[in-house]
Parts: sequence; C-alpha cells; structure tokens
Amino acid sequence: METASVVIKERERSVHKNGMGQASAIECDTSSVSGVVSQRACVYCGARVVLNPVTDAAHIVHGPIGCAAYTWDIRGSLSSKEELYRNSFSTDLREEDIVFGGEMKLAAAIDGIVEKHSPKAVFVYSTCVVGVIGDDVEAVCRMAEKKHDIPVLPVNSPGFSGNKKDGYKAACNTMLRLMGETAAPAKAGGGDRPRLNFLGDFNLAAEAWIIKGYLEELGIQVVTCITGDATVQGLRDATRADLNIVQCAGSMTYLAKRMEERYGIPYTGVRFLGLSDTIASLEKIVGLLGDAGMEERLERLVARHKGPVEEALGEYRPRLEGKRAALYVGGGFKATSLIAQFGELGIETVLVGTQTGSREEYEHFKTITGEGTVILDDTNPSELEHFIRETGAEILVGGVKERPLAYKLGLAFVDHNHERKHPLAGFEGALNLAKEIDGTVNSPVWRHVKKEVAR
Amino acid sequence: MLDLTPKKRTERSNLKVNPAKTCQPIGAMYAALGIHKCLPHSHGSQGCCSYHRMHLTRHYRDPIVASTSSFTEGSCVFGGKANLSKGIENVFEIYNPDIIAVNTTCLSETIGDDLTEIIRATKIPEGKKVIYANTPSYVGSHVTGFANMAKAMVTHLSKKTAEGSNGKVNLIPGYVEPSDMMEIKRLAKLLKVPNTMFPDTSNVVSTPNTGKYEMYPEGGTPIADIVDAGNAKATIAMGKFCSEPAAFELEKLCEVQPHVLKTPIGIKATDAFVMQLLELNGGNIPKELEFERGQLVDVMVDVHNHYHGKKVGIFGDPDIILAVTEFVIDLGMVPTIVLTGTPGKQFEAEVSAMFAEAGLTDSVVMADADLMTFHQMIKETPVDMIIGNTYGKFIARAEDVPLVRVGFPILDRMGHSYFPLVGYRGALRLIEKISNALLDKMDMTCADEDFELVM
Repeated sequence: METASVVIKERERSVHKNGMGQASAIECDTSSVSGVVSQRACVYCGARVVLNPVTDAAHIVHGPIGCAAYTWDIRGSLSSKEELYRNSFSTDLREEDIVFGGEMKLAAAIDGIVEKHSPKAVFVYSTCVVGVIGDDVEAVCRMAEKKHDIPVLPVNSPGFSGNKKDGYKAACNTMLRLMGETAAPAKAGGGDRPRLNFLGDFNLAAEAWIIKGYLEELGIQVVTCITGDATVQGLRDATRADLNIVQCAGSMTYLAKRMEERYGIPYTGVRFLGLSDTIASLEKIVGLLGDAGMEERLERLVARHKGPVEEALGEYRPRLEGKRAALYVGGGFKATSLIAQFGELGIETVLVGTQTGSREEYEHFKTITGEGTVILDDTNPSELEHFIRETGAEILVGGVKERPLAYKLGLAFVDHNHERKHPLAGFEGALNLAKEIDGTVNSPVWRHVKKEVAR
Repeated sequence: MLDLTPKKRTERSNLKVNPAKTCQPIGAMYAALGIHKCLPHSHGSQGCCSYHRMHLTRHYRDPIVASTSSFTEGSCVFGGKANLSKGIENVFEIYNPDIIAVNTTCLSETIGDDLTEIIRATKIPEGKKVIYANTPSYVGSHVTGFANMAKAMVTHLSKKTAEGSNGKVNLIPGYVEPSDMMEIKRLAKLLKVPNTMFPDTSNVVSTPNTGKYEMYPEGGTPIADIVDAGNAKATIAMGKFCSEPAAFELEKLCEVQPHVLKTPIGIKATDAFVMQLLELNGGNIPKELEFERGQLVDVMVDVHNHYHGKKVGIFGDPDIILAVTEFVIDLGMVPTIVLTGTPGKQFEAEVSAMFAEAGLTDSVVMADADLMTFHQMIKETPVDMIIGNTYGKFIARAEDVPLVRVGFPILDRMGHSYFPLVGYRGALRLIEKISNALLDKMDMTCADEDFELVM
C-alpha cells in the first residue's frame, strides 16, 4: 500500500519522516478528524487518569453509567493504604434525569458516599451530558462541602470540551482548589530535610515507591507524589515543598507552573526511565537541593545500582541488539526516555508516535532518532500497520488497543501503559524493561507465526 | 484487602457503586461487528469510542476498530450533523467498509441529532450502506444497545422480496461469545437446518493469527443474508432481552414468524432450542447430538455430589444468567441471589418463577442493581461460589469463594472466545468449570486430614 492512500489528506501534516526533507513542523494538539479511527480518548478520560490515583478520595462520575464502568479500577496505580479509589461510584443518570436535571441525584449520591465510606474528599467528574443539560455541579458541590465539612470538588470534564490534555488540566485545576490559594503554614517537627513533590508519576507497578526510595536515601523528603499513592492530606501539604519535579510533562507542567505562581515552588523536569536518565535526573535534583553530604550519598547510591544493572543489561544486549522498535505512547516524555533506553540496548527506534505530544516534543524526537524514523501524532491502526511494515519494526511499545494489532502483525509487544505488570522506572525498571523486551521478542511463539513484515 | 463493602444494606437509589452493567453504545458496537465488512461508528465524543474499543479489546484480545464523530464544543452547540456527514464520507474514503453501523451516545441523543435526517442528507457511495440505532446511554444497558443494533439491522436492511419463504430459519444469538455463535451454527448444521445467523461475530473478534492484520476479517453476516432474512420462514430469537426486538421487527416488516427462546445454556434450554429447530424444519435428532446429550447427562450424574446443595450467587446480563440459573437449579445447586444491573421487571418475574418451581423460598432476584448490593447480599447469606464476569473477583477475594467467569466482560482469563457455553458441549464445560473450581478450592484450603487423592 502506498503512503498516499493510507494517510488521508487531513492527516498528512501529522505524519513526518525524519530527515527526509519535510520542512514544516508536525501538526499536533488539534482535534481528531471525524470518521477517523483514532486511538485517543476524551477530556473525562484525561481527568480520570490523572486524578484517580488519589487513594482516600471518593471519585463520583456524574453521568450515565458507561463512563464509570469503563474506568473502574483499570488505572493500575498502587496504594500503600486506602483502597476507596478502586471502587466505581456513579450517579447512573437515567432518562428522567436528562429531562429534569441530575442535581438532586448528585447531592444524594454525595450524601450516601460520605455516610458510608467517610472519604477524605469527594471528586465529582462531569461527563458529556452533564455539560449539556446544565447541572450546576459547582453549586451542588459547595452545598455538600458545607454539609459534610470535607472538600467536595467538581472536575470540569465533559468529554467533548477539548481533548485528553484538557482533561489533565481539569484534574490539575481541581487539585489546585484542594491546595488552596496560599501555601499552608509550615508544620513544626518537619525536620530540615529538603522537601519535594514528585509530579507526573502514577505509581503503576510501584514505580513511584522505587523513586521515593532513592530520594529518601539521598535525604530528601517526598511530600507527595502527584498523583500516585497520593492522599488528600498529602496534596494539601504539597504547597510547602521546596521543589516540584515533573516527570509526565504533558499532564503536569500546567500544575507545576501554577504551583510556582501561587506558592513560589520552582519546578524542573525529570525522567526516571532508563539508566542514564535516572542518574541524570537524580543529579539534577541534588544540584538544586543538595549539599556535599547529599552528593556523596548520590555517588554511593549510583555506585551500588549502576554496575550491577549495567552488567545485567550487558547480558541482554546481544539478544536485543539490532532489533527495530516502534513506539506509540500517550505523551512525549515517555517516548523520549524510551528512545534513549532502546539506544542503550542496541535497539533502533524506527517509528515514534504519541496521542497528545507537543510540538517541542516532536521537534525533539527529530534530533534523537535516525534518518527515516517515522513520527506520528494521533495515529490510527491503518497508519500504524502501514508504517510498521514499511520500517520493519519487530517490537511495538504501546497501550491496550495496540497490543492485539501488534500480535496480529507478528510483532512483539511491551505495555508501557496502565497494564504494565513490572515497574519500568529507576535502576530496577531499566532492567525490567530489558527483561520484558527479551521475554516477548525472543519468545518461541513467534516461530509459529507467519510474518509478512518486510525485513 | 479490597473490601469496603458495609455489611448492612440500606436504601441507595441515587448512587450506583460498582456497576453490574455498562452503557448501550458498547453493545451496539459489538453487534455491529457481527456484520461482514462493517465499521461501527460512534456518534459522540472520542472517549466513548475509545472506551468501547478498549473494553472489547481487553475481552476478546483481538483488534477492535470503530470510528467516531469526535464531538467538540462546536458540535454540541450547532449539532453533530457536520461531524457525522463528514465522518461517513471519510470512513468510506479511507477504510472502505461495505457498511457503516452508526450508534448514538448520551451526548448526541441529548442535543437531539436526527440521524434519519442527517444520513438521508449524506451522500453515500453507490452500493454502500449506512444503518443506525438510537442507543442513549441513559436508557437500559449494554444489553439494550445490542438489542437495538440487532433490530436496526432488520429495520434498515431486511426485505421481503418473494412470495414464499427461502426455506431458512433466522438465528439471532444475542450477546454471546463468538464461540457460542459457532456452536449454535454447528447445532443447526447437525440438524440440517438452513439458516442465517445475525449478528455473527465469530471470526471477527476471534480471528486466527495469520501474520497479517485484516481490518475486515472473514467473519460476520453478509449484508445480503440480512436482507434475505426478510424471506425466512421463521426466526429464533435467543434471549428475550437481546434478540426479541429484532425478531419482532422481522415479523412486523416481513411477516417472519418469531420464536423467542432462552439463550441455549444448560440442558433444558438447549433441548428447547433443538426441539424448536426440529419443529420448524422437520427431521430427527441425529446420532451425534444424541451422543453429546447423553454424555452431558452422564457427567451430570457422575459428579453431582460435587456441587449438589452448594449455594451460588449469580450476576450478569439477563439473558445469560436466566439460562445459567435454570441450569444450576437442574444441577441441584441453590442460587441464593441472582442479580443484573440491567433494568427489567420481566427478568425478576422469570427468575422468581424458577425459584418458585424449585421450591427456593429464600432466594432473591434483583434487576437494576449493582455489585455493592450483590456483595452485601452475599455477606447476609454466604455462598460457596460466584458465577459472573471479571468484576466478581473483588467479591470472590473478599469472601474467599471461587469465581466461575461467565458473561461480559472477562478481562483476566482466556477461553471464552473459543470454548462455548451454549449447547450440550457448553453445558459440559460449565459443569467442568463449576465442579473443578469447588474442588480446586478444597484442595488448596482444606486441612491435611481432609485432603484426598480421589474426589
């Protein structure tokens, strides 16, 4: 199949081949074309993935049942204590509610949750219809807040009101309300360790705990992760940190900027995926917060982990070297790190795409990938299939909808999304990724699959 | 432990906790996949389509494609006409299906898009078809959505073109697995009954691995067959909730005689299905089928001591659990609670009648209920086993009882796409699952002195 027939006109500017003479910047951050099979989701989805890991809050989805049903406990973010967030609460709006409004129902639903589950806060997600029938969710929340004396906060996330990124922002705005206009007064007895918030890690497969372990070892207190294993109190305490480190830039840069404006907390980007990025990120943090003692501790920490992991990775390298990988992930930060990690393992990235990457991120991809690497924004299965064949990729890294496509094409697959089962962050994660890739790409099952991928 | 269910049940009409249903559009999408070369199209926000594809992908472990109108703020203000017209045009141009099956969503229903008018005004390429079903998420459940799309196939496609009948029997299987559809076809073939099954998702969502990705796999009912369904001599609708509307529509539009049966799960329901086919088509029960039935009865007798008197909680979709309930009563088990999330007094009446006939005075049936309620019922009356979809695993773990996975969705096990539950063989499999689950638990948890080699 020719590229021309697989990429429709409206999408031509969202597809780029690195170093092949295309002058213009890649088109991204736009709405999907109607009728196209997009892998993207909606505003509600964005808000839900960001906020859902707050463990001791009740998350009420205000709308018909579907939005609550599809997001029931699929996030994969772990909790050290509370499990309330893993339940699915919905107002289950019915026809009469669409006609007469759902405000009364919502108020009663909040009452019911507070009485039975004593949440530390209630988040109320607005879905598409709520945005159309005009329920005053804000007013219902305010009244409930007074009545129950806990934060009851609306999340402004009707699905149609933008894209997934707008949902991230809606979730961040809700958290900002929880944090308040000004920084909370310092608590006594906090010690004099520097404090930071870890933004943009959702504690999938315990990843945030791994990074937290490193930081604690360095003598840094992690006030809260946002939002992996976060609690309502943790989010409130976040206003008193000395630094915000931001991993998932797509979802959290907005929050970091607002927190800098409001509470004077500076922020910096980090990436704890892969050896070199993990070490560079730790060094960056120590450079900003540390003293001589901390530098020493960092040296010891790196020395303890780096050698053994490098040695173990060395054993995988011959089994992986020369393989070609395609990436289709949610946001840009992950792709950037993965390209580097693949490089360390001798794997070439021949295709990279994201659902919601930014122009800067796409420009950056061009500088870290080789000539001919295909760069895609908001792609679809037909394009993916076409470019996977064209580039001869052997591994696809993606999410739930990409997995069976990869398998049908005879490609190995790594889930770097909600379904990952092993931590892929930090030193341990670098090794786990190699293990996972090896486990899939070198599995004997492929011997039985007829491959049509061009080699 | 993931158990936040309060033991005491209280009135809770405004809040669903842990739903036992989801919304209409996903059922419509699944049904639409059962037409050959059909691309389902979701007329609403991007998230709906994305969630439905994700959920179906997880259940079937096969690529599920569908397109979306990608609603924006503008579509909500000005209506979704432009999105749908452009979407249909794009879909035919890019993906070239033979037919597009459009389902609405809560959003497009609430803003009042008139699909008849929009589609009438859209230019549809020669020889191509567009059908649609109204599937507002705030009415019924995914089961209703399936029924509405199955009915839409008749409304928009089926024609009575000849005087007499074409000698065929229409088989509407309902919301069952591709394996079940194949088994129903096999039974009809054994009984030498010429038939048209629709929808038929076998070999659409259960495709073999060929090293190639087929956007339109070989399976699915050909459009011509659905058209010709209007000339059939009779229709067998399996499951009142999923299949009756389509059968009645065939009667109304084409005077095809409807016969509404239970989903053929269990010995009685399969007998009824077989007898109905014989009644319509004449002939005798073939040796092969007699043998299968005989084996089933043999096993029911051989191991009846394994499950006799065991208490079981059943939840899921009405058609499926009606038949499952009937079968477990036939096995001598005691269904103490039978619950569906789908609204329906009819369901409650039918299950109550089964309880009465079996003398089960303490058993309870509930429609339009959620899994928090199901869990509380089990806390009130402990059971030995739960039969239901994957969401039952939270309760099974909390109450330390085995879960036999039946229904939709199954997100954590395989097998449902390949091994049927319908027919005599399906009943055999259900016994295997029930019996082994009870014995496995016994083996893992019993005291040493009770541990036995022969069971």
